[in-house]
Amino acid sequence: MATRTTRLKRLIGATTVAATLALTAACGSGGSGDAGSGGPVTLEFAQWWGAELPAGEFDKIISDFTAQNPNIKVELLSAPYASTKQQLVTGAASQTLPDVVGLDGAWVNDFAKQGAITDLSTLMTDANYDTSQLASQVQVQDATYMIPVVNFVYPLFVNKDLLAKAGVTDVPTTRSQFLDAAKKISALGGDVKGWALPLDTAVPNGVQNDVMSWLWASGGTMLQDGKPNLTSPGVKSAVEYVKSLNDAGVIAPGSLTMKEQDKVEKFTNGQVGMMIDSLAHINLIKEGKPDLNFEVAAVPAEDGYTGERGIPYASWGIGISDSTEHKAEAFKFVQYLLSQEVNAKLSTIANGFPGNKNAQPDFSGGDPRFKTAFDIYQQGYPANEFVGLPKSEDLMRTFDEQLQLVLTGSATVDDALTKSQESWSSVIE
Amino acid sequence: MTSANVDPAAAPKTAAWAGQAAAGRHRHGLARRLVPYGYLSPTMLLITVLMVVPIVMVIGYSFQDNVIVNKNPVFAGFANYAKVLTDADFLASLGNTAVFISVSTVAHLVLGLAFAMMLNTQLLGGITKAVFRIVYILPWLFTIAVIAVIWRLLFDPAGVVNYVLNTVGLLQEGVAWLGDPVTALWAVTFANIWSGYPFFMISLLAALQGISADLYEAAAMDGTNWFQRFVHVTLAQLRPVIVSMAVLDLIWTSQQFALIWMMTGGGPLNATEMLSTYTYKQAFSEYEFATASAAAVIVLLLTTALAFFYVRQQREQ
Repeated sequence: MATRTTRLKRLIGATTVAATLALTAACGSGGSGDAGSGGPVTLEFAQWWGAELPAGEFDKIISDFTAQNPNIKVELLSAPYASTKQQLVTGAASQTLPDVVGLDGAWVNDFAKQGAITDLSTLMTDANYDTSQLASQVQVQDATYMIPVVNFVYPLFVNKDLLAKAGVTDVPTTRSQFLDAAKKISALGGDVKGWALPLDTAVPNGVQNDVMSWLWASGGTMLQDGKPNLTSPGVKSAVEYVKSLNDAGVIAPGSLTMKEQDKVEKFTNGQVGMMIDSLAHINLIKEGKPDLNFEVAAVPAEDGYTGERGIPYASWGIGISDSTEHKAEAFKFVQYLLSQEVNAKLSTIANGFPGNKNAQPDFSGGDPRFKTAFDIYQQGYPANEFVGLPKSEDLMRTFDEQLQLVLTGSATVDDALTKSQESWSSVIE
Repeated sequence: MTSANVDPAAAPKTAAWAGQAAAGRHRHGLARRLVPYGYLSPTMLLITVLMVVPIVMVIGYSFQDNVIVNKNPVFAGFANYAKVLTDADFLASLGNTAVFISVSTVAHLVLGLAFAMMLNTQLLGGITKAVFRIVYILPWLFTIAVIAVIWRLLFDPAGVVNYVLNTVGLLQEGVAWLGDPVTALWAVTFANIWSGYPFFMISLLAALQGISADLYEAAAMDGTNWFQRFVHVTLAQLRPVIVSMAVLDLIWTSQQFALIWMMTGGGPLNATEMLSTYTYKQAFSEYEFATASAAAVIVLLLTTALAFFYVRQQREQ
């Protein structure tokens, strides 16, 4: 019996070793080819962009690159945003990231600290790349880890018919005008409310796009010297303003579990008069309701504020895996996407703003609202202080939960901000 | 007897043959014993790669400090377990999960049994029963993503549920079913009940059809009423199926993630936070893979206890 047990143990042991080896082998790094010998190289590029662009458009851009660089093939790994994030988190953890990765600024700090993505500053220096053409770079400890390829701003969307029906003639530009307009729209009755505030904690980006946007629009900041400063008068004022909107009953009900897509849907259906949303959703809204009469405008600022307005943005950023054997080829591809001509083309089809300062998106055949938004963007400055912070999503979620306590009357604004400050301080060292 | 006829000169050769034959039989016996393992090896390899290795890795992670994000993690003993077990959010998620799975399982059982008995009754015609069967099984045909979307729309403050309740006078104003911490857990539990009862219904219907009519006739001749026959014949005959399915449902429901994540994300204010969503947030939002692993191991232990009861119950059968 003992012999039999030993044999069985050996068999299982051998199987385990084989399986582990097989698993390890299967988890090998992305690209293929021998760069050293000058042979063809295949770069894997994981991103969510292809899924959000018109069918086939991104493939054309990639084909052009391959035509110009016959020795470099690019294999697109396209998936929705959430899936891409999950795959990259897993890949970063196991050091098996694809060669080139689409990045959100909120992920960069964690990936950089893990050593999963490479320091692009070194690659740019090695390639004598002119960094002055870049609109922005996302850095961690003075080294660039992500370059925004296309930026999407989050202006105020206004349903002009609802505004007119409520007797409001001008699009609000200040907080008090916004509150007044929201009250009047909500007074129309039925299911119509003035504003939508998505605070779902599964994807808590409502904190960034719909709450902190009020702060940034008035030139405020939630950080001081890179450290959290949530108890500052600016943040307090913004949160108190959101609370005042809630107290006035102008926020669409269900906001505590409302998702971004619910917000867009309610605006498209005429159930909310105003929302702060990505410019990328203009086409979606037009597809959903072609006759909706809406406009985009700058996010209202504090009464009396005359300075430049920060406008929230999100980016399609790009980075390179630290474990790839083809860093030079990967950077060549990054350079290509950020070149003036390609970047202009990409930002045009994406309805976003270019990562290359010299690139000019073509608004001629598009919706005039893109031009309006571009003007707003140029008059102010892009603001998103969550970019580059560690555990960004968790910071948003912590703040979100405290804000929910405020809105449900379970905590004061001061208490919520103090607790958020404590929580953030333990993360941002 | 035969040994008398053996040529002495040939004796050593015979012994050698006997030794070789014995060795051959031994090899043959060993080969025969290994045959079943040969057949099992593909399955064992798959189980090892897909189950054993990940489970062992996760258990290993749970004893390390800040594993994965830290390139050089150190052994942390039970620190991660202590951290998880003293975390108020974890304890809240444990409580929510207990409510969610117990209410869901009981409701699945009651609804499934009621509908199965209705479909098994002689009082309805064949066509009527076929129509009901299709209608009742519909929730089971939808994927969890579709179910989550449907119920998000139905539970919307401007959705159908509020409209109906308003129309019949049960509500004066719209309720944010998923957005209110008081109602959110019951709302997601309701959606889970809706999506899961058909499985009970179909299984119990099959079991009901297997109960011999003789038992009911004998019970009737003994002068029992309808309720007594239901308890002493129907429930008694269904008992093994009911217990098996209830235990399985407890295990499955405890692992429900997609429905909760898509409907409420664990909110509002952690009102619908489950062990699954808690673990996911630890790993993919806070990048605390060590505490996520510890939480996952605790969930594994809890579900193993349920699985133990299931296996024991199956053996008893």
